Amino acid sequence: MDAESRLEDLGLGAVQAWKERSGGKAIGHFPVHLPAEILHAQDVLPVSLFGGWGKVEIDHADSRLQSFVCSITRSTLELGLTKKLGMLDGMVFSNICDVARNLSGVWTRNFPKMMVEYLHLPQNVDSPAAPAHLRAEYRRLSASVAGLSGVPLEDSRLEESIALYNRGREMLDQLAAIRTAEPWRLSMTDWYLLLRIGTVVPKEEHLEILSRALQSVRGTPSRPRDGIRTVLLGAFCEQPPLELLRTLESAGCFILEDDLVQGQRSYSHAIAEDGRPLDALVDAYLRGSRASSARHHGSRPRHRDLMERVRALKLDGVLFCTAKFCEPALYDYVLYKEALEAANIPYLHLEYEEKMSTFEQARTQVETFVESVLFD
Amino acid sequence: MSENLVSQDAAKDLQKEMLGRYYGALSAAKETKTPVAYLFIPGNVVEITSAYGFLPVYPEINALQCGIKKVAGDLILAAEDKGYSSDVCGYVKNDIGLMLKDRQHPMGQIPKPDLLVCNYSGCNTFIKWFEALAEFYGAELFLLDIPYVRGDGVSPEDVDYVVAQLRELSAVCERISGVPSDPGRLRDLLARSRAAEDLWAKILELARSRPSPFDSYFEAVFYMAPINILRGTEDCVTYYQALLEEMERRVEERVGPVPEEKFRVIFEGPPPWPHFRAFWELFKKWGVTAVASTYSKVGGLYDQGIRHDPARPLRSIAEYTINCYTNWNWPMRSDLVKRYVDHYGADALVIHSVKSCRSFSVGQADLRERFIHELGVPTLMVESDLADPRYFQEAQLRNRIDAFFESLEHQRLVNA
Repeated sequence: MDAESRLEDLGLGAVQAWKERSGGKAIGHFPVHLPAEILHAQDVLPVSLFGGWGKVEIDHADSRLQSFVCSITRSTLELGLTKKLGMLDGMVFSNICDVARNLSGVWTRNFPKMMVEYLHLPQNVDSPAAPAHLRAEYRRLSASVAGLSGVPLEDSRLEESIALYNRGREMLDQLAAIRTAEPWRLSMTDWYLLLRIGTVVPKEEHLEILSRALQSVRGTPSRPRDGIRTVLLGAFCEQPPLELLRTLESAGCFILEDDLVQGQRSYSHAIAEDGRPLDALVDAYLRGSRASSARHHGSRPRHRDLMERVRALKLDGVLFCTAKFCEPALYDYVLYKEALEAANIPYLHLEYEEKMSTFEQARTQVETFVESVLFD
Repeated sequence: MSENLVSQDAAKDLQKEMLGRYYGALSAAKETKTPVAYLFIPGNVVEITSAYGFLPVYPEINALQCGIKKVAGDLILAAEDKGYSSDVCGYVKNDIGLMLKDRQHPMGQIPKPDLLVCNYSGCNTFIKWFEALAEFYGAELFLLDIPYVRGDGVSPEDVDYVVAQLRELSAVCERISGVPSDPGRLRDLLARSRAAEDLWAKILELARSRPSPFDSYFEAVFYMAPINILRGTEDCVTYYQALLEEMERRVEERVGPVPEEKFRVIFEGPPPWPHFRAFWELFKKWGVTAVASTYSKVGGLYDQGIRHDPARPLRSIAEYTINCYTNWNWPMRSDLVKRYVDHYGADALVIHSVKSCRSFSVGQADLRERFIHELGVPTLMVESDLADPRYFQEAQLRNRIDAFFESLEHQRLVNA
């Protein structure tokens, strides 16, 4: 099965296949931050949920969620209510946004047999009290995970999982670096699929896929093309339709960095492999995370991070792709935009939702943006 | 009857006078060189900031007053011009609009913040709101991280976590204000908070009477103003003493908010402030009295025994901040509404769902499912907004409300 088919496999067939093969348990979560290493160390497969990917009619979920809620929430609940998430043994929610938080309670009532956990990820990240709180949260999660898999959390296993996930993030960083330096070598959609596939297959398998991709990208001759230098922000949880990503690139944008499938790349550097592994995971979240709209960053506002990237990458402009009704992205957009305007950097904001089916208007907007940058 | 109506206004006049004084102090803050702390209502830690001499500003209160005074629409549009989406919280946009218009509020000019205390209790938007204000005002932001309630209740570890941060916040307050820490002052503030909370809880309980002496939604959201804005002050205690006397008199005289109490309901969700009167009228005409509401508890679940306590200063503040209505998980919220139905003898549940506040509204449709299908409680859910006047469709709301109470009336006749 190729990557695109796997992506569209709403029945999460890869997860089902893994379960049949391994006899293991699987836990779903929204694709933002989750300490996947803990689940892996306890023989549980973490599975990111992306909603219905535009192919699910919302019917049952309508009676439980209002129309002003983002697509990923509504269609994920629809999948659950129509028994298409039966391969999941549990769900983990966290404080990504008010919708994700409140959905945890809706899920608890509608799926009483499922393990449902809620992680309160600390927001006062500079507080001396934050590490102990997060350690306790991770321990509580691991106790629930042990209840499913029967495997307790042991330091040696967690160390191995951290090393494995570090290796995965390192390979993704290598691919990202290729895209930053020579974006024509690896298309936006191929890069995206490499990220996405890692959310439904075990990390060991993802590493093999990434290794082959790295060899292929490095070994294939490719001619430079022209395009404007941009980064893409705002698509950290609900993901844009593939076609929209294709449109951005084909309309003339090189997307040198992005926050797509953010949970696959939570950290800005490798998690420490010496010392106590749980402490290393905690420290990585508090002090080593990439900028994310789904959390507070203490004294390091996200828009200052963006402006550093604008300078470092010599960007021509910035693209904002935000999911309809996604409050964290929509609030952050204003602060980003203010900073860009002050520095006279062009930007473009596009909204998407699962049901988006025509991309002509988006194409026109992006092409106009590209032209305005090129001929300014 | 006219005499009774006069007596009903006594507490209202007192409140007007007290809030006038509060806004006067805000307008004079720059002149009097009084430091100003911005706080959110749910889970606020005003006793701590007040102990260091800060005047509290509550942007949510400013926004709701702009809604009532019908100036919210223009402020919201000003924020949308700045880039805020039509899909984000109207309170935030109202506040950004105020900032863009030199903070000229109908009650007076609001001072700039010296400190932003983001008491992150039950609302992620709070973080985004104060991150923006920190940037626009260049003010220091303290993010008080309050864990969402997981499982069946609050763990001692969560309380420890918040207490540790309250100590950090105290140090920040001391540094900015230059006022040294004074445990006695904090205890005095907490004692006054507790006294007002005791009185308010007693008043809320009076809604069990038949008829209920007041509407526990449409009136209680005004009666809650002093405990939300003036908590910790003598004024606040005085107000609830006067209100309790007034309500006890109403119980004796069997005076209620509607001429004849026909339906007793529980209300869930915030009101549509820009169309408050019109919304109330849609219910009044059916003889509906709210006997309990969740929105009147956003400032504290005092009716559930939550109290500030001078004998346990920081722990009681921490417990209060964690036990905010929207910081409770949905199973707990839903069980609370169920308890209200039983305790206050309600006939139905009315849910007002607002787009602005996902923290309140996401989960309400599922609440309706539970109440109708599992508990057999007639439930009406209507939608508009708490801040944005554009979302109030009166004709549509009237149709839904009329149909619901017509059906309840019909059922009564059938069952009679």
